[in-house]
Amino acid sequence: MTETSDTLKISIRDVHKSFGKNHVLRGVDLDVSAGRSMVVIGGSGTGKSVLLKCILGLIKPDSGSINIDGKPVTGISERKRAKVMAKFGMLFQGGALFDSLTVWENVAFRLLYADGLGRTAARERAIDALAQVNLEPHIAALRPAELSGGMQKRVGLARAIVAKPEILFFDEPTTGLDPITADVIDNLIRRQVSALGATAVSITHDMGSVRKIGDDIAMIHEGKIIWRGLAKDVDSSGNPYVEQFVTGSEDGPIKVLAR
Amino acid sequence: MNPLALIGQAVLALTREAGAIGIFAWRGIRSALVPPWYFNQLGAQFLRIGYFSLPVVGLTAIFTGAALALNIYTGGARFNAEQFVPNIVVLGITRELGPVLASLMLAGRVSAAMAAEIGAMRVTEQIDALKTLSTDPFRFLVGPRILAAVITVPLLVLIADIIGVMGGWAVSTQVLGFNGATYIRNTMDFVTNWDVVSGLIKAAVFGFIIALMGCYHGYHSRRGAQGVGRATTNAVVSAAILIFAANYVLTTLFV
Repeated sequence: MTETSDTLKISIRDVHKSFGKNHVLRGVDLDVSAGRSMVVIGGSGTGKSVLLKCILGLIKPDSGSINIDGKPVTGISERKRAKVMAKFGMLFQGGALFDSLTVWENVAFRLLYADGLGRTAARERAIDALAQVNLEPHIAALRPAELSGGMQKRVGLARAIVAKPEILFFDEPTTGLDPITADVIDNLIRRQVSALGATAVSITHDMGSVRKIGDDIAMIHEGKIIWRGLAKDVDSSGNPYVEQFVTGSEDGPIKVLAR
Repeated sequence: MNPLALIGQAVLALTREAGAIGIFAWRGIRSALVPPWYFNQLGAQFLRIGYFSLPVVGLTAIFTGAALALNIYTGGARFNAEQFVPNIVVLGITRELGPVLASLMLAGRVSAAMAAEIGAMRVTEQIDALKTLSTDPFRFLVGPRILAAVITVPLLVLIADIIGVMGGWAVSTQVLGFNGATYIRNTMDFVTNWDVVSGLIKAAVFGFIIALMGCYHGYHSRRGAQGVGRATTNAVVSAAILIFAANYVLTTLFV
């Protein structure tokens, strides 16, 4: 696949991030083309979540640049960041639903509090979004604590898509779910990304998810992208790190150390 | 390690923390005063800080007023000054014990609850989620809590003043043999507007401290349940110490 700068939705160049002596990101370079679904794979503690949070502006990189639609977003003001965030929808690993609000208020949060939509219209939009992730309208009045893990993920997905964002982020979307529910979530993600025509970035170490939701794959290891390619090529990458990760073998260049 | 280096490290850590709290306070005040405001959040905090704290503040005040009357009577009897019980009760309650004790109880109840709630939101990524939903967590979480505390704590203290005086009145009339009407008249003749207002100004400052400490420690909570527990403890302890320190400074200014 060839990429030109005018089709790049997200462009990351030489991003570094340390926490004390722990140098997590060590010069990450990554491009995500508009309309593509990029999955970043890698073992635990390799910097996947930190990279995602750097793109979202939740963590400030020590150096390097991150561009969204060709415009730099590192170091911008809170006000400008809020505007950039209007392009994003994010599904957090644990759902990150607000305990004090009902399901529909969670789903419609952006519409209510950032876009200023009225409660009646926002509730209708929330119920539509819930239907798109196969949740019945009666769920809308429940609290997040009353839902199962899979339902919470679906509510999180509904919250991510309700404002029809240009970019969708998924942080370990199937972690902690049984295989069937995980497959349901993967299918929903794939369907919603296609329906919105959105650019998607997912991080996961679930190879089932990778094959289902990814167009492109990048592997991060020790804070650097060490391989990227098409999802269909992941099983024949020729890269020993990727091969070990895909097969899940203990033997290979990746050594699991107690951190 | 060199003892001087240890002292230096402690001073640096203290200065860093004070600076961080100062910046947090400034952002909190700005979020409370500059729109957009989240009125439903503000209303919820009025209820939580104000209405739901009434029982604990009322009970604290009535027993404090009652004990104060007994102590003043006992002390006054040593030089035939028992008749000053109403005067000293109202002075002690309005200027000192009402604002300080009510605020300490609120530090335990409200500051801890804020730190636990915001801390849990931090460790479950709900604060990150707010940012991704184009919502400033300071405006949504911190601003309404500070504004609600600064407004409601003085109102609670005003109620505590009344209940505290009535606690003293109840003991004085039922146990110490005072005439009820005379007690009230002496109280009203003695107390000045400034006695009450100075206590309410203290209460507003204490309310700010209570909300600030709860929000600050919750917002910077880390490392799961243990981190939230530590944040809660730190919020209560630091709020209580700052209330005592601020009380001394304000009392120095008001006497």
